[in-house]
Amino acid sequence: MIASQFEYLQQFLKSRSGLVLSNEKQYLVESRLLPVARRHGLSSLSELVQAMQKPGATQIATDVVEAMTTNESFFFRDGTPFQLFRETMLPAMIKARADRRTIRIWCAAASTGQEPYSLAICLKEAAHKLAGIRVEIIATDLSSEVLDKARNGIYSQFEVQRGLPIQTLLKYFTQKGDLWQINADLRAMVQWRKLNLLESFAGLGTFDIVFCRNVLIYFDQPTKVDVLQRIARGIAPDGYLVLGAAETVVGLTDAFRPVPGLRGLYQTGQAGPSAATPRPRLSVAG
Amino acid sequence: MKHCLVVDDSSVIRKVARRILEELEFEISEAEDGLKALELCRQRMPDAILLDWNMPEMDGLEFLLALRKEEGGGAPIVVFCTTENDVAHITRAIRAGANEYIMKPFDKDIVEAKFQEAGLL
Repeated sequence: MIASQFEYLQQFLKSRSGLVLSNEKQYLVESRLLPVARRHGLSSLSELVQAMQKPGATQIATDVVEAMTTNESFFFRDGTPFQLFRETMLPAMIKARADRRTIRIWCAAASTGQEPYSLAICLKEAAHKLAGIRVEIIATDLSSEVLDKARNGIYSQFEVQRGLPIQTLLKYFTQKGDLWQINADLRAMVQWRKLNLLESFAGLGTFDIVFCRNVLIYFDQPTKVDVLQRIARGIAPDGYLVLGAAETVVGLTDAFRPVPGLRGLYQTGQAGPSAATPRPRLSVAG
Repeated sequence: MKHCLVVDDSSVIRKVARRILEELEFEISEAEDGLKALELCRQRMPDAILLDWNMPEMDGLEFLLALRKEEGGGAPIVVFCTTENDVAHITRAIRAGANEYIMKPFDKDIVEAKFQEAGLL
């Protein structure tokens, strides 16, 4: 692949997905895109880029974006965010939404579904505390291929062994040959939507908890700021934003502030000190 | 340093497991079947046991049942590590007192994740 083709790829991925591909990422491009090239009957990255530039090459273009933006995920990844979900965010929201009786959660880069399903498992285990409050989990991802896998909830033996205690596996999954499928009642707890974070997500409504982990790291500074500010507009004043372990809002935007003592948690800071108490309802709940 | 006993009749598996667990800062002993493992436990009870199922002399399940009857045998955290990957086997192992269960093949990530689940890391 010649330099101008790599530049084309960089610009293409930036505009389509926000992905910033630095010059030293050539190896990543090769490992991710050679299989795409082969699938389309092409023998090199050079040919692949040429094919992408032809008019009407939408399928190739989509495949390239999906291959470059799909990342490995595992159940209960990093542990802490799920502990904070169980022990801090969920109890606060159960209290604060006692009137409205709905808690809305958004997984903004749901990938193959491990994160939303981990939350669904937490909710199942906390069912007695929910006291009939309805919880919606909206899971979005850029890639439709990934969303299909997520929706089916079928995982390999390798995938279910990273992050899932064996008892949890037995309780919430059904074995299908060498694969494991998460049970239908948990699958029904998650709604899937294809969504590019670069485009408007105002249509999704307002959320109480937003998980947006390990996706901002791929964006450049202005894109990070833009996405964070738009999330801030779509989050309840007392809602929570959860970022990945290597991510922060500090130095990017004052739309969110870190929650003191709770790593990875952010709030808009609009709710004031009484965030946990029910506030007057401003919107009509459905 | 925590002490982990690796019980498997395959010396290759024991070697691979040893390498992974030593990286996770465990002191390792090895046994090639349940009977030898039980003898080692009587001499010195380990903190953790990585346990194969199918072995000559005494298999993993028999070993586990015997271990849990030994004095101090309730203490070690037992992680099965076997090609037996069906729900029936897993359930039997848990009922017999296993703390975690690894379905072979395994790699470092899985061992690390499972040892974390079991509270060993």
